[in-house]
Amino acid sequence: MKNSTINSSRRRFILTSATVGGGFALGLHLPGKAQMAADGGSDINIWVQISPDDLVTIKYARCEMGQGSMTSAPQLVADELDANWEQVNIEYVDVNEHIRMDRAWGAMVTVGSQTIRNSQEYLRNAGASARAMLVAAAADTWGVDTAEINVSNGIISHAGSGRKSGFGAFAAAAAAQPVPQSVTLKDPADWHIIGQSFPRVDIPPSVDGSQVYGVDIELPGMVYASIRQCPVFGGTVRSFDASKARSRRGVIEVMSIDDNAVAVVADNWWRANKALQEIEIEWDSNGNGDVSSDDILATFKASLDAPEAALMPNNSGDADQALANAEQVLEAEYFTPFLSHSPMEPMGATVRINPDRIDIWASTQAPEGLVSEVVNALGVEQENVYAHRVQAGGGFGRRGGSSDYARSAALIAAQLPEGTPVKLLWTREEDTQHDFYRPLAMYRLKGGLDSNGNISGWKARIASGSILNQMRGVPLRDGVDFTAAEGFTRLPYRIPDQFQDFKLTPTHVPLGFWRTVGWSQTPFAREQFIDELAVAAGEDPYHFRLKHMAEDELSRHILEKVADAIGWDEAPAAGIYRGIATTEPYGSYTAAAVELSVNDAGAIKIHRVIQGINTGHMVNPDNVTAQLEGATVWAISAAMWGEITLQEGQVQESNFHNYRLLRMAEMPVIETVLEATGGFWGGVGEPGQAPILPAFCNAIYAATGTRVRSLPLKHHGFSLA
Amino acid sequence: MELQINNETHEVDVEADMPLLWVLRDIMNLKGTKFGCGISQCGACTVHIDGEPVRSCSFPVAAAAGKAITTIEGLSADASHPVQQAWVKHQVPQCGYCQSGQIMTAVSLLAKKPQPSDADINAAMTNLCRCGTYKRIRDAIHDVAGNNPENTLAYEA
Repeated sequence: MKNSTINSSRRRFILTSATVGGGFALGLHLPGKAQMAADGGSDINIWVQISPDDLVTIKYARCEMGQGSMTSAPQLVADELDANWEQVNIEYVDVNEHIRMDRAWGAMVTVGSQTIRNSQEYLRNAGASARAMLVAAAADTWGVDTAEINVSNGIISHAGSGRKSGFGAFAAAAAAQPVPQSVTLKDPADWHIIGQSFPRVDIPPSVDGSQVYGVDIELPGMVYASIRQCPVFGGTVRSFDASKARSRRGVIEVMSIDDNAVAVVADNWWRANKALQEIEIEWDSNGNGDVSSDDILATFKASLDAPEAALMPNNSGDADQALANAEQVLEAEYFTPFLSHSPMEPMGATVRINPDRIDIWASTQAPEGLVSEVVNALGVEQENVYAHRVQAGGGFGRRGGSSDYARSAALIAAQLPEGTPVKLLWTREEDTQHDFYRPLAMYRLKGGLDSNGNISGWKARIASGSILNQMRGVPLRDGVDFTAAEGFTRLPYRIPDQFQDFKLTPTHVPLGFWRTVGWSQTPFAREQFIDELAVAAGEDPYHFRLKHMAEDELSRHILEKVADAIGWDEAPAAGIYRGIATTEPYGSYTAAAVELSVNDAGAIKIHRVIQGINTGHMVNPDNVTAQLEGATVWAISAAMWGEITLQEGQVQESNFHNYRLLRMAEMPVIETVLEATGGFWGGVGEPGQAPILPAFCNAIYAATGTRVRSLPLKHHGFSLA
Repeated sequence: MELQINNETHEVDVEADMPLLWVLRDIMNLKGTKFGCGISQCGACTVHIDGEPVRSCSFPVAAAAGKAITTIEGLSADASHPVQQAWVKHQVPQCGYCQSGQIMTAVSLLAKKPQPSDADINAAMTNLCRCGTYKRIRDAIHDVAGNNPENTLAYEA
């Protein structure tokens, strides 16, 4: 794999949305037919367009928010096409065209580290199919057999006759070829674009201010809105006095939205927001106005004590009997709080309503979700809604599950004169206090050890809300929410007698998918409890894990690589302590080891973090490294300071001064271990975080003897040096 | 009032207490400078006033009158500033939203201290990045400075 080298001026990435109706794109399985697109290129299939000057345009259906798949997904197509990456241009799939074409481009939603692992097959097929059509066209023209034609690095050639051509000359003829019934994908050994650290195509505009995010949309005649939603979830607006606000400079309209919010529209966002802050609003809390974090904790505690809960499918043997026979039995409770996403770009959306079409611009992980929100808010047909593609200023799950901000923007636009574009932008306070939060969860774990120091008997009770049940009414499967339970549904450790159950514990707090979802919190309990058992057995936590992993080769492999990288079997320098953990999230295998020291005042100095991942196949290693680096920062911020708390039904945290994130001075040294053992396609964006939290806390235990079973660490007297 | 933005003079009719950020974004349509928090915590709104990094979300426009305001758009015409080039070379941005502010802060640091130490970087670079690109920001700053790689933050046992 070559290291990333950059020469942005040589590249011709043009990040534009396809023009609607600019050319009928052909489905892969429809008969081929030459179609000249707006810029003179030919659509070989819906993913690949080639222009006469050899420019290869590859379509990208998902969303870019910094995770890098706008680059890595097209690498899959380009490799099978044998394109020259320097001639590749990447273009977003138009959302309206996608909907009108029966969602021909597959999933657009960008969640769950799914882009590569769930679309790799059809993307590689698209590249291979287009290549076959180019070869067929060249064979026809040159009067030779297709088997004698070679394609390499954007050049089609025939050795016998010495003929040679770029793709462009055969683009139109290729588009007229029949679509192959089947194609043979390359052996991974023959990949030359997959596995290379090509620079991310969306980076150049991020360094000169030209990157367009949802909040950057500017349209003629635009007006600007700020919104204040009821501080208590489920509450409504009783009354408000807008008279003073209406008289302020620039204010155009004051309105209530959905009975639970007030919005001010002005000729400038600052004027709108300033007027809004002066409006005194009377709220009805509708029954949730007394709820505090203490109440919620008591509810969860009751869930741990509840006599019955829903059984998990991986139970086996007789855990109670095994625990009764054990030499030692340990029991511990773990707690992880609500957390907000807090992407740097606050929520917002621009909507313009015309009689024949509704346009929406918003940073999103779910372009079709934007359309659905507009359809539901305004009662229009989805074919008439045009969602425009922009870069998202961070997503982390906030912009994937719910597109609530799109609904608000649509309802504001509906109260303005037809054709008026309105840009809704939330304050950071609204963003922090009206999120869909990472679920709060509690875990009660019980484990036995036999006389050989082997785990004999394991019980886990998980108490958590359910994101999909609460957000969309999706019923639980046999009473278990599998995103909340992930990490406990398949242990990498051999424990014949295990029993785990799940107690659904709803609250009035909205829940959402937060980067790494259940895997952001279950390893905090599972991997620390494994450490507790190792300590009780008098064994080294790494070797204790290994001896229970004989049957899980892939988990063992990444754990060994990380242990080797940190030099686990050689003692660290005096005063430095280590922790280690392993996880198996999102189809990948990840492990981490942390070295730290703690002074008498509880200030933690992280000396280094080793982050390891095995993704099976790996498309863009440098991007994987970047994701692991970022995931470490994400996990340590949550560990040290992350919590969303409630008093009188309201979120108490409001902005970055009381919802702390890690800064440069606190950034540890990170070393990454990238493994691509082949055989499977694992996720990248989310898995990196999973082992960091427990490895960090295991190291804190090693250093201090304090086992941290509830987060954040700031409540246990720890700070970050 | 009259503002000097990126070496051009502009006349704007705005309230004296309007933060510079909103004049830049909504009046001047310079969208490279970002809103992140509104309370000087995150630094996404960082611009230069007479070369000094300033968090424009909390800086009243009247205080900027008569001074040289530089935004990310004014750093170079073609992304050729060495800091911008280093940001691409080291593949710093992820979502990119905070990076205008990060770059403006780094440019100011390097102007004052052409060869900053890690401690200098820690002290100056207080901007938040939710994606967690700090390691690459540090690498890029050291690269621009021509610092010996041994000066970069390294594992200290």
